[in-house]
Amino acid sequence: MPQFEPVLLANVGKPESHTLKVYESTGGYTGLKKVLKQMAPVQAIEMVKSSNLRGRGGAGFPTGLKWSFLPKDHPGPIYMCINADESEPGTFNNRILMEDDPHQVIEGIIVGCYATKATTAYLYIRVEYPRSYKRLQMAIDECYAKGYLGKNILGADFSLDIFLHRGAAAYICGEETGLIESLEGKRAWPRIKPPFPAVEGVFRKPTVVNNIETMACVTQIARRGVDWFKSIGVPSDPNNPRDPGSYGPKLYCLSGHINQPGCYEAPLGITCRQLIEEYGGGVWKGRKGKAAIPGGISMGLLTEAEFDTPLDFAGPGKVGCLGLGTAAVVVMDETTSMIDFLHNSCRFFSHESCGQCTPCREGTHWSLSMLERIKAGKGRLRDLDLLLEIGDTIGIIPGTTICGLSDGAAWPIKNAIRKFRGEFEEYIKRTNPTGHLETKAVPALPILAGAH
Amino acid sequence: MSTATHTRILTDEMIAEIKAFFPRYPSRQAVTLPALHVVNEKLRCVPLQAVVEIGELLELPPAVVQDTLSFYGYFKQDAPHGETRAWVCRSISCALRGADEILDHMCKVARMHPGECSPNGKLTIEFAECLGACEMAPCMLTGEVLHKDLTKESAERFVKDLIGK
Repeated sequence: MPQFEPVLLANVGKPESHTLKVYESTGGYTGLKKVLKQMAPVQAIEMVKSSNLRGRGGAGFPTGLKWSFLPKDHPGPIYMCINADESEPGTFNNRILMEDDPHQVIEGIIVGCYATKATTAYLYIRVEYPRSYKRLQMAIDECYAKGYLGKNILGADFSLDIFLHRGAAAYICGEETGLIESLEGKRAWPRIKPPFPAVEGVFRKPTVVNNIETMACVTQIARRGVDWFKSIGVPSDPNNPRDPGSYGPKLYCLSGHINQPGCYEAPLGITCRQLIEEYGGGVWKGRKGKAAIPGGISMGLLTEAEFDTPLDFAGPGKVGCLGLGTAAVVVMDETTSMIDFLHNSCRFFSHESCGQCTPCREGTHWSLSMLERIKAGKGRLRDLDLLLEIGDTIGIIPGTTICGLSDGAAWPIKNAIRKFRGEFEEYIKRTNPTGHLETKAVPALPILAGAH
Repeated sequence: MSTATHTRILTDEMIAEIKAFFPRYPSRQAVTLPALHVVNEKLRCVPLQAVVEIGELLELPPAVVQDTLSFYGYFKQDAPHGETRAWVCRSISCALRGADEILDHMCKVARMHPGECSPNGKLTIEFAECLGACEMAPCMLTGEVLHKDLTKESAERFVKDLIGK
């Protein structure tokens, strides 16, 4: 059984865990009080910086470093945007924090705003989370009543308002500049960077954008200290002075073909296999695993042989995945068709591409078209190379798009075909015995419409 | 659009609710999504005339509001969605546990295509991308209610209860 005593999830599952009363009875807001009494904002940034906390939203950028990019002595206002547009397939840890322990998140936001001198925080929350929305609003109301929010918080020369802002079911709003555009009332088309949000973000003012789980970590760092945080996880690589390491606890989401799907807290660096076996009770129905998504569908695929990969910020990249992402592990058993997996992935990205950059808009559309055709038994071996050509050329890594959505679209294509090519070729030959060598253009099939 | 349809759509109540958002943001345009939500919650769609009136309130050309609205497929414009709007998740964690089959089955039972509203106005079925409830897959969201661990049987019961069969 798991050895790690949960910290971020310590209150989850307790009765009335979402209320201020329960939160305060378990040490809630002591970290904030300590920071407000003992630290200047610059020291609070230093605290987060020295913890090496890396953003939990997907990119793993060091949080304190991000905060320190804000211009010094800016006349203000400075804004904080909290990204609660959790939409990466397989990911639900932010929802659990917001529903069951919203105060832990809010405390981190208050500390973060004090450190960055932000006076307004917008919490951008996806419309699919109505329960989170209610719980957060209740918690915010409690905070105003108790003096944790509003003017001169706990007597300090620091005032803060937090406003919830609901999205409208678009994955791209989870991209930080897409979020900013959406918050401003526009279509969520990501911005070309630079300028980075820290210099010119929402309403053209300096802005930091942080994830929900990141803010819960800030709460715990303020309460328990930097040394506690750095006692957990994987240390920096001594041979690489720029490696910030993978410190702290992490909320891993486990779903798919697993006996006990759920959100589990473990030190960063647990292997995929440990997560599946020790936390998830193994692959369902007594079957063997075939593959797993390491951190949301954008990150690509681990094969069963790669299940011993540590799920820290450096691990998945070493076996050809895009990265740790959101640490949402989706398990696929031995009966899963990789064609179905890739079709599902291409369908998602084709639906969610915002349409701004041609390589992404067209690339995601045509990769879905090809997968629809392959699935229907009209695939050609040539399609696999075409798919790889798309996969290798869309995204910010090859440098053809503004944001990383299409890197996320590309990775499942590249990993599925390169790691399971034999299965794709066998399927195409078997289902299209007379046409699999065709190289001339073939008509596309219709694609199902009818989403929100 | 004929002039006959140009009767005002936004009620005083909706206008007050929208205006309450103004102090939260340094720009009026930022109230676009909140305003669209206010109208959508009442009307289950945002007709073009409402877009014009939101534009007046936010001091924006209607085309600017429409540009934003049209980006988010969430807001329907031509007709209201059903009293219950069912979002059946089809992303990977749900798909691995049979979501596509459940969506197909629901549409078959309801004799509808995804995106359509039942003739009695009670149910719209739509597919959704990840609802963030993967530990309860396959799942469906109807308003504020999350239906977890769906089966073909439970989904069929849900549809029949609403369309009356």
